[in-house]
Amino acid sequence: MSQTPVLDLRGIDKSFGPVRVLQQVDFTAYAGEVTALVGDNGAGKTTLVKCIGGIHSLDGGDYLFDGRPVRPSSPREAAGLGIEVVHQDLALADNLDIVQNMFLGRERRRGIVLDETAMEELARRTLAELSVRTIGSVRRKVSELSGGQRQTVAIARAVLWDSRVVVLDEPSAALGVAQTQQVLEIVRRLADQGLAVVLISHNMNDVFAVSDRVAALYLGRTVAQVRTADVTHAQVVELITAGRSESLGIRG
Amino acid sequence: MSTDIPRLADADFAADRRQLDVRSAVSDYWARVRAGELGAIPAILALAFLFVLFTGLRPDTFLSTGNVANLFTQALPVTILAMGLVFVLLLGEIDLSAGVASGVCGAVMAKLIVESGQPWYVAVIAAIATGVVIGTAIGWLVSVIRIPSFVVTLALFLGLQGITLKLIGKGGTVPVRDDVIVALANKNMPLWLGWTLAVLVALGYAASQLLRWNRQRRRGLHGKPVQLVAGRVVVVGAILLIGTFVLSLDRAPSPLVTLAGIPWGVPLVAVLLIIATFVLDRTAYGRHLYAVGGSAEAARRAGINVTRIRMSVFMIASGLAAVSGIVAASRLNSVATDSGAGNTLLYAVGAAVIGGTSLFGGRGRARDAILGGLVIATIDNGLGLLGMDAYANFLITGGVLLVAAGIDALSRRRRSATGR
Repeated sequence: MSQTPVLDLRGIDKSFGPVRVLQQVDFTAYAGEVTALVGDNGAGKTTLVKCIGGIHSLDGGDYLFDGRPVRPSSPREAAGLGIEVVHQDLALADNLDIVQNMFLGRERRRGIVLDETAMEELARRTLAELSVRTIGSVRRKVSELSGGQRQTVAIARAVLWDSRVVVLDEPSAALGVAQTQQVLEIVRRLADQGLAVVLISHNMNDVFAVSDRVAALYLGRTVAQVRTADVTHAQVVELITAGRSESLGIRG
Repeated sequence: MSTDIPRLADADFAADRRQLDVRSAVSDYWARVRAGELGAIPAILALAFLFVLFTGLRPDTFLSTGNVANLFTQALPVTILAMGLVFVLLLGEIDLSAGVASGVCGAVMAKLIVESGQPWYVAVIAAIATGVVIGTAIGWLVSVIRIPSFVVTLALFLGLQGITLKLIGKGGTVPVRDDVIVALANKNMPLWLGWTLAVLVALGYAASQLLRWNRQRRRGLHGKPVQLVAGRVVVVGAILLIGTFVLSLDRAPSPLVTLAGIPWGVPLVAVLLIIATFVLDRTAYGRHLYAVGGSAEAARRAGINVTRIRMSVFMIASGLAAVSGIVAASRLNSVATDSGAGNTLLYAVGAAVIGGTSLFGGRGRARDAILGGLVIATIDNGLGLLGMDAYANFLITGGVLLVAAGIDALSRRRRSATGR
């Protein structure tokens, strides 16, 4: 593929003290595609995501965004580039409503007064673009929402800002079957709208349902980056658990 | 790949925006109440109960115009103190030193007027500045050093009493005779001014509510049905005008003089209420306050400076405590060594909590201080009329605070049980 990846990480190293968490990790994500990031617990998925999101600094390697080398050193800088991470705990304030949460820390104002109408309209439009009907009302408090709805709000918050890359950390981990389907639909729709979506998941069904590419980490190394259509369920599981599968993965 | 995903009937997100009519709005409200979002209900019920109780027990005196006016001035200091505490409680913190801080600030003001001969406005500014300095110290210790606010303010509760004692001298009092200061709680507005202000505020409230409703409707946003908005405007307007009417009746004990009008402290509280409500509901700062109170971690990740927010609420609380100390000094015409000590703080915390502010953070409004302050003042006033002993007064006030905190805790449990 000749297209430049939006996100291109090459040879990333990251250590915490003596522990080498990431070794020579490569990871790419393309606009309009869902890239699944899989790996067992402790494989370094979360660390890699934190490096992408600017929470951790890199020890070594190249971080290319749109082909340009960058080094985001805070979540704010990453957001400035257009990279948004939806963490597993979602980080929503229960006592605020959907609109308030979506604009938290980045409120629209007119003078010193909050511009509620503009925020409500934009929130509603964003949710509509994700084909989420208005969840009853965008003025419902987050504490009243179900797990899937909260996940939706967190995703909608991430795409509100003309983001280019959205990273979702285990979006369906705590959800039931129907809610998982809805979240996956949204994930697919984000990619169809031209975003580069990175989906971290343990669930092979989810991975095969929505992803275009799979990147597998094994003990802090990239063992495969392949098109989802080219691999089987069993191969991905092998990559996760053993780091190799037939011609894929670590050699030797 | 999108074809692989079966399209679900939009079960979970489908509840499309309902056309809100009165009926669904009322049933929504009732559902919220049942789920533990009590809002102003406990305070209004308590107020109604207390009025019936004390009117029954002291039919001649309790509802006399003189006593009603007295009730309002009695409520002034506790209401202002409680309004400051609402900001602190919104973060789930506590300021136990707010009461004695009001004493220190009152003492600073009195000393400046009496001993240095400063004009009242210099003394008032100095008192408020003192409050803000105290609040900054508390805020720094809590938000930067990270000592629990309970411990910091308990220490200051003792320390500040020492400062008041040092300022005033053992067992002494400093009289306050400045005309402007004394007028705050002891003089009334001219009748025409009181009526004008009441009508203006009522019209302003109506205009702001209806304009907002109209804006929401025009742009197809979520709003309340017009009947409810109108009903609310009518109720608030009626309370304002009836209150003005009662306070405009002649309440002088002798027919030779007339004593009527709204005490000057009431518009002061009204102005503070409007400012505090505006800050909490309409500014980014207020929004961030609620966010930090609801989830400090979510606020931090959203890029909000949690330390600065935490610091600011103590500055606001102590600043308003200073105003409360000034009004209290005005009411008593003096500042004593025990000003702001004793049950002052308990009353103020009680007022905020009875009004509906949660001790767990994240919920509360400026108006809670007014509602709760009236409840507390009514209890204090009624018990005074009944000639209760001091021991009963302490017991009852402590009990009321516990009941209010109990309602708060239970409704919170109810909310989490029903997923709210």
